[in-house]
Amino acid sequence: MAVMTYIEAIRSTLQDEMRRDETIIVLGEDVGKKGGVFLATDGLFDEFGGERVLDTPLSESMIVGASIGAALNGLRPVPEIQFADFIMPAFNQIVSEAARMRYRSNGTFTCPMTIRAPYGGGVHGALYHSQSVEAFFAHVPGLKVVIPSTPYDARGLLRSSIRDDDPVLFFEHKKMYRSVRGEVPDSDYSIPLGEAKVVREGSQVSIIGYGLMVQYALEAAELLEGDDISVEVVDIRTLRPLDGQTILGSVRKTGKAVVVYEDNRFGGYGAEIAAIIAEEAFDHLDGPVMRVTGPDVPGVPYAHTLEEWFMPNPDRIAQAVRRLAAY
Amino acid sequence: MSTTTKDSAPAGTGSDDGPEAAAPGNKSASPLGADLGLSRQDLLEMYSLMAITRAIDERMWILNRAGKIPFVISGQGHEGAQVGIAYPLRKGHDWMVPYYRSVASLITFGMTPREIMLAQFARAVDPSSGGRQMPGHYGTVERNIVSVSSPVATQVLHATGIALAAKMRGLDQVAITYLGEGSSNQGDFHEALNFAGIHKLPVVFVVENNGYAISVPMNLQSAVEDIAVRGAGYAMPGIIADGVEVLECYRISKEAIERARSGEGPTLIEAKVTRMTAHSSDDQQTKYRSAEDLEAGKGKDPLPRFRQQLTDAGVLDEAEEQRIAAESKKVVEDATDWAESQVDPDPATAQAHVYADSPPARMDDPHWRSARFMGDGGPLTAEREG
Repeated sequence: MAVMTYIEAIRSTLQDEMRRDETIIVLGEDVGKKGGVFLATDGLFDEFGGERVLDTPLSESMIVGASIGAALNGLRPVPEIQFADFIMPAFNQIVSEAARMRYRSNGTFTCPMTIRAPYGGGVHGALYHSQSVEAFFAHVPGLKVVIPSTPYDARGLLRSSIRDDDPVLFFEHKKMYRSVRGEVPDSDYSIPLGEAKVVREGSQVSIIGYGLMVQYALEAAELLEGDDISVEVVDIRTLRPLDGQTILGSVRKTGKAVVVYEDNRFGGYGAEIAAIIAEEAFDHLDGPVMRVTGPDVPGVPYAHTLEEWFMPNPDRIAQAVRRLAAY
Repeated sequence: MSTTTKDSAPAGTGSDDGPEAAAPGNKSASPLGADLGLSRQDLLEMYSLMAITRAIDERMWILNRAGKIPFVISGQGHEGAQVGIAYPLRKGHDWMVPYYRSVASLITFGMTPREIMLAQFARAVDPSSGGRQMPGHYGTVERNIVSVSSPVATQVLHATGIALAAKMRGLDQVAITYLGEGSSNQGDFHEALNFAGIHKLPVVFVVENNGYAISVPMNLQSAVEDIAVRGAGYAMPGIIADGVEVLECYRISKEAIERARSGEGPTLIEAKVTRMTAHSSDDQQTKYRSAEDLEAGKGKDPLPRFRQQLTDAGVLDEAEEQRIAAESKKVVEDATDWAESQVDPDPATAQAHVYADSPPARMDDPHWRSARFMGDGGPLTAEREG
């Protein structure tokens, strides 16, 4: 079994899937000869050529809109948006078109495609290279939203996303690209969309998160061993469709829940998780559902002092767990 | 999608005769259109398509005024350009990516009056959307007619992507897409033409310029009078077609389609048309158009113009004209009555087709409650619990 970085898992999965299925194309800004600004598509141009690995103009709406058309005519596009921050010009194509094509045509037209985009802060990216955008898209029926937290999951979930017959937004936390390593089997495994996972078992408090925040939650859980607080960590993995049962199962066991997300607090994706817990597991709760989130400012500020102020981290998560455990 | 050509005949349903019907020896051969390879049968077919579309359109307004359908969006004045431009397409092979005024294009490309009327009444068997969309948002998958949405110019990118796939897969298909001149000011229009120009994609962009974006006149929409000049910015021909001249529209479109199919790249066609009705049934155009302007528009009606041309050329006589008028009336009667008699969609189906694996969920299903936050991914949950 190979040990891979998060980005190696993504790159190798793209390569494997393109070898398996010749209808898969990759398109985006700098994805060709350069191999992407993060090198997620490195080597694909050399192996598959410029027809299947297209460098596009700086036109995000076109990247997604043409992908929709290509998908309607038999291809399986995997467009890359260079940074999740720049997905906004394509918002109309994703939300008004891709998400609704199946529904509005009464199930006759479909556009299978996987839109990959690096998201997240903590990398000195400032307001426009750090955003979390998942809440915008998870809100929309017709879209699937996937955020893996490990190389193993990145491979298994990207494979399922590409093979899925609905439009998928696949967000990759850029801080994890090279900082997170893990064992990745060489096999053709996949992880079904819509399955959360208990990544650490515990009995007193459940931490629920996705992406980089799962890594931080696990670090927080280690810290909390020193406080004799037993923490369970649930990795949501697929934000939509959401596996509510795994989350509720954990909360019903521990009676306490901390929801962690890096996005702005107000109306963030974790707010939905908190609402579901309140609605469905109220009788099991021994304390309020708590949130550890990014603050409500319009973007992640640049200076290191400001960025550190913005980012949730293991210490902040541990602090919230201590308060909740003492409830 | 088969890689073979399913049907290489022109889109008009009366095309079986082909250009040969106009060959010497055919007593009804007409010089009109002969240089374009069009037979007398083709010309009559084109006229019929325009007449039927006009009859459908007029019926929509009557149904609206009678309170039977809440909304109409009309294409009166656009029919000549639409029939002329769509006629050279290969039905069932090429792709049409229409907009909300495209009824004549759709009828030419094979949609039936019954199917158009089902959308007006939003019935369950409406092939466009099963009654989910407003009238005007047509599409049928088996005819390669892409489902229409309401945001404008988004479809121009879809046609470009369809053409990209057609080229990559070697399918010999052409994608044609339509929009109004108002929509041509959207960024998606620029992004689509730019990308299509770069890769010389087999796509034809058709701007139907009726001079108004709802109420906003051309001089407030665009700094240039002709949208066609924008083609130069994308290294593609930008050609103006007089929408009153059906055969001119046909010729320009035929050349553009041949150019696209032979790998020479995209073409921008601007058809100058007139909007003979208000923007929609919710609009009152006398508020912003002068009486002179409206009167001038009536003079650009393509239907009497084409009728006169066919009559002058001896293609159409009074008996034939009456036959077509009677047939149009009959077809519209049948389509209206039949569509109206179909059942409404069942609310129990309203959650179907959100995702590929959407269950036919019902609000009163006891499992619905626990499935509702699964993003409609019910089967995944069921498997796991099983």
